[in-house]
Amino acid sequence: MLDAEFFLRWMNALARAVDREAARLTELDAAIGDADHGTNMRRGFTAVAAALEKDAPDTPGAVLTLAGRRLISTVGGASGPLYGTLLRRAGKALGDEAGVSRAQLAEALRAGIAAVARLGGAKAGDKTMLDALEPAAAALDESFAAARAAAEDGAAATVPMLARKGRASYLGERSVGHRDPGAASSALLVGALEEAAR
Amino acid sequence: MTGVVGIVLVSHSAQVAAAVADLARRLAGSGDGVPVAAAGGTADGGLGTSADSTARAAREVDRGAGVAVLVDIGSAVLTVKALLAEGDELPEGTRLVDAPFVEGAVAAVVTASAGADLDAVVTAAEEAYGYRKV
Repeated sequence: MLDAEFFLRWMNALARAVDREAARLTELDAAIGDADHGTNMRRGFTAVAAALEKDAPDTPGAVLTLAGRRLISTVGGASGPLYGTLLRRAGKALGDEAGVSRAQLAEALRAGIAAVARLGGAKAGDKTMLDALEPAAAALDESFAAARAAAEDGAAATVPMLARKGRASYLGERSVGHRDPGAASSALLVGALEEAAR
Repeated sequence: MTGVVGIVLVSHSAQVAAAVADLARRLAGSGDGVPVAAAGGTADGGLGTSADSTARAAREVDRGAGVAVLVDIGSAVLTVKALLAEGDELPEGTRLVDAPFVEGAVAAVVTASAGADLDAVVTAAEEAYGYRKV
């Protein structure tokens, strides 16, 4: 059973990973975006970690809902509403149970991913975070390690893609050959999940 | 609903939001008739959009007749959609308008200043896409 403690470990591991990788995310974004993804993600997840430390919710759903709300109100770029919607919707799907199974988490993440797809009007293959998240959520039924590997493979698979959403889409063919920064940060999110499970 | 429709302008840039608000007010000649609020830039003064200042602006212009929110690009669109999905963050009757930012803002403020309801304001702003320049 995954309890609130597990979800707090997940969010804190993610905040550390984003902090550690902020420069790389911004570098990826400099190639096809507006060079602020690392900065924005760091601002958002630093605020999430601070909010969870100040007032640690006691259910998995409440941890994700609070984290999502903090992201929407602090990030300032598109990653705020996108990641905020992902976590908040997943949190709502988990309801107020004190503990959830890995299968329930996978199901909740799929609900969050569907909400993100609706919000951004994107689908798999558009060179977005969905290209890492969708395979990861599918592999999560197998194991946390399989989910991490699927997210990393998914992020790598965005390199040859043509961007169809966001600022990178204005670049057309010039977006090809670069890893999508959102898919890269999504791989961190899934990697932190495996770290929390150790 | 009674009262006048409020207008919120959300841009990545504080200057763009404020300047378009000013332009729309002046071209509409509405004086203080139509409440127009600008929500531009991030909380710390940088480029980007702020969910908090967007929600604050919507509450500020709400007179009970609905609020039309016009946005520029990217995160401005996503931020307002995410706030609307939240349910209780924006005043009742808040609508995200699919319109060009400058032209749509002028059309919205002019229409609202004539006492039109939210549907008419939204329609006028969206029709601004149809005005060809060449």
